[in-house]
Amino acid sequence: MARGRIVINLEACKGCQLCTTVCPSNLIRMANSFNSRGYRPAELVDPQQRCTGCALCAIMCPDAAIEVFREVKVKSQEGSAAEEVVLVVTGPA
Amino acid sequence: MAKELLKGNIAIAEAALRAGVDAYFGYPITPQTELLEHMSRRMPELGRVFLQAESEIAAINMVYGAACTGAWAMTSSSGPGISLMQEGLSYIALSDVPAVVVDIMRGGPGLGNIQPSQADYNQLTRGGGHGDYRCIVLAPATVQEAIDLTVLAFDLADKYRTVAILAGDGLIGQMMEPAQLPPMRERSRTRPPWALTGARGRPPNSIAAFGLEAETLEAMNWRLQAKLQRIRQTEVRCETWLVDDAEILVVAFGSVGRIAKTAVREARAHGIRVGLIRPITLWPFPYKPIEQAAAHARAVLVVEMNTGQMVDDVRMAVCGQAPVYFHGRPGGSVPVPEEILERIVELSKED
Amino acid sequence: MDEQIAVVNVQEQLVYARPRALTEETTNYCPGCTHGLINKLIAEVIDELGIQENTISVSPVGCSVFFYRYLVLDGVVAPHGRAPAVAIGIKRMLPDRVVITYQGDGDMAAIGMSEVVWAAMRGENITAFFVNNANYGMTGGQMAPTTLAGQVTTTTPEGRDVETMGMPTRMAELIAGLPGSAYVARCSTYDARTIRDARNAIRLALRAQMAEAGFTMVEFLSACPTNWGLSPQGALQWIKDTMVAYYPLGEIKVSEAVQRLKTKR
Repeated sequence: MARGRIVINLEACKGCQLCTTVCPSNLIRMANSFNSRGYRPAELVDPQQRCTGCALCAIMCPDAAIEVFREVKVKSQEGSAAEEVVLVVTGPA
Repeated sequence: MAKELLKGNIAIAEAALRAGVDAYFGYPITPQTELLEHMSRRMPELGRVFLQAESEIAAINMVYGAACTGAWAMTSSSGPGISLMQEGLSYIALSDVPAVVVDIMRGGPGLGNIQPSQADYNQLTRGGGHGDYRCIVLAPATVQEAIDLTVLAFDLADKYRTVAILAGDGLIGQMMEPAQLPPMRERSRTRPPWALTGARGRPPNSIAAFGLEAETLEAMNWRLQAKLQRIRQTEVRCETWLVDDAEILVVAFGSVGRIAKTAVREARAHGIRVGLIRPITLWPFPYKPIEQAAAHARAVLVVEMNTGQMVDDVRMAVCGQAPVYFHGRPGGSVPVPEEILERIVELSKED
Repeated sequence: MDEQIAVVNVQEQLVYARPRALTEETTNYCPGCTHGLINKLIAEVIDELGIQENTISVSPVGCSVFFYRYLVLDGVVAPHGRAPAVAIGIKRMLPDRVVITYQGDGDMAAIGMSEVVWAAMRGENITAFFVNNANYGMTGGQMAPTTLAGQVTTTTPEGRDVETMGMPTRMAELIAGLPGSAYVARCSTYDARTIRDARNAIRLALRAQMAEAGFTMVEFLSACPTNWGLSPQGALQWIKDTMVAYYPLGEIKVSEAVQRLKTKR
């Protein structure tokens, strides 16, 4: 299973909760702290690392407040010229 | 370039072409439509932008868009159309972009009629739309002057990045007179740094007559007023004639300035010491020259083709030094020299 | 073949980030307002097509006005309803630039109806992004031409009465019926699928403009939680359940030229 994580820009988040409604594994909930604009930002709660980096939360976010990282296995032959690194296209899935 | 017999509207259009207008957006309305028609043939001929818009509101906003790219853009209309353009003019005025507007004035208010009039004076010189702004307003009295002031309008609009309005009345637009057109002027097409051209190799430019916070908009206002003050100090133009020894001062602009000149000439023949000041820039208004001439005048007579609009500015200029009288013909009626002469003679009799 | 030891290392890749063409600034849009999402999608497509340095935006009065600042582009604020006219003035001077308007429903369908109809009638090569949230958002929730029958707004306190206020305006169909329009689509952004379709429509509209196919427009059914009195999620649900019924999603018009573009990646 692919593994991923998200980074939420706490200042950009307005606490609209839309990301919480689309996460397939319900890994996002609203923090119990406030950002400087008085919004309760979203936060990732993923102790078992079940986030796959599917980016549905980031796609849904009206404030582009979520960055998504995904772990990618990269094969490289030891001792040989470094193979072409598998590049994942940044931007929406 | 030899003199040609030219109709005012066509002379103005051709003058704009030779001055270097890049884009014209217009709409039919008497008594200015020949200007639109001339542009519809000549602009494409010269590979420039022409579009007959769906309304004067659309036309002024097309001018605004073209001006934002650094182009010299122009529209023309008459009173009712200019009324529709006022919101657009207010945006342009605060945006620091150049634009030229021609108003060939007609009888008003309402549908009015298509006869000549000067009843747009207030909406042109007082900033007819919302907010504190003024536009440069130039008033020709002859077809030749209309040509010269059209070129000047583009130069002033570009120099100050503001709106310059050429205000002729129906007479100027419709009559034909021998006049000389300037040669075609080659203008550099490089876009100014502030223009919207696509942010290539620079941060984006934005043009917004908008300031959400009061401090922002207040600062924008004072910056605009500073520009208008510079224009007031440097761009006033008027014709003064026989005022040095004048006991009676006549003040009239555009065609009426020309009609009044005949009356003044005849009054002088009757031995009456009368002079004429003809404002050429209606804004910035020639307060100083009128104030100075009024110092030694017993009476001031203002003549307009309306019920009295410039007369208020004249009163401000005279500032009580002498009584200010008014003779007006609204609704498209044109005064004849005799009726002005009659008023001058009347005033000369009062001791 | 000598055996080589394959070393598998795991790298973390950034797979989704804020588009470059979108401002770093936090927007003024309300929480859950999908203006923000639509701004983001437009920015994503501008990044993808590589036209950030070639695009000029025109945003008129309304919640849409901030588009000129939230999209990192040359931009101008137009008077209410007049964005297409301003855009035409720009496009006719700079035909090789991409010129877009970003307008609300009060702006385009009410006061600006004449300007957008004429932009389509003349087949002006500009793209209008039309955000339909069934009310005047900026001024606090009054009835707009797109307000649904029976929908309560601050100027239809008893619900919009179509007898006196007329039927809601289907702008996409209206513009699609005009000869000069080349591509008209209606989209929304209430789930991943509609967001993907919206992104595709934005891309095709801009590609059509660059191919000089004529006037292009994308209408978005957009959420306005504040004025609808719904939660952000409830607002998206309302679009899905109620708005889409009256405003069907899909490509309303695809001219031949745009059809060829579609098939050619």
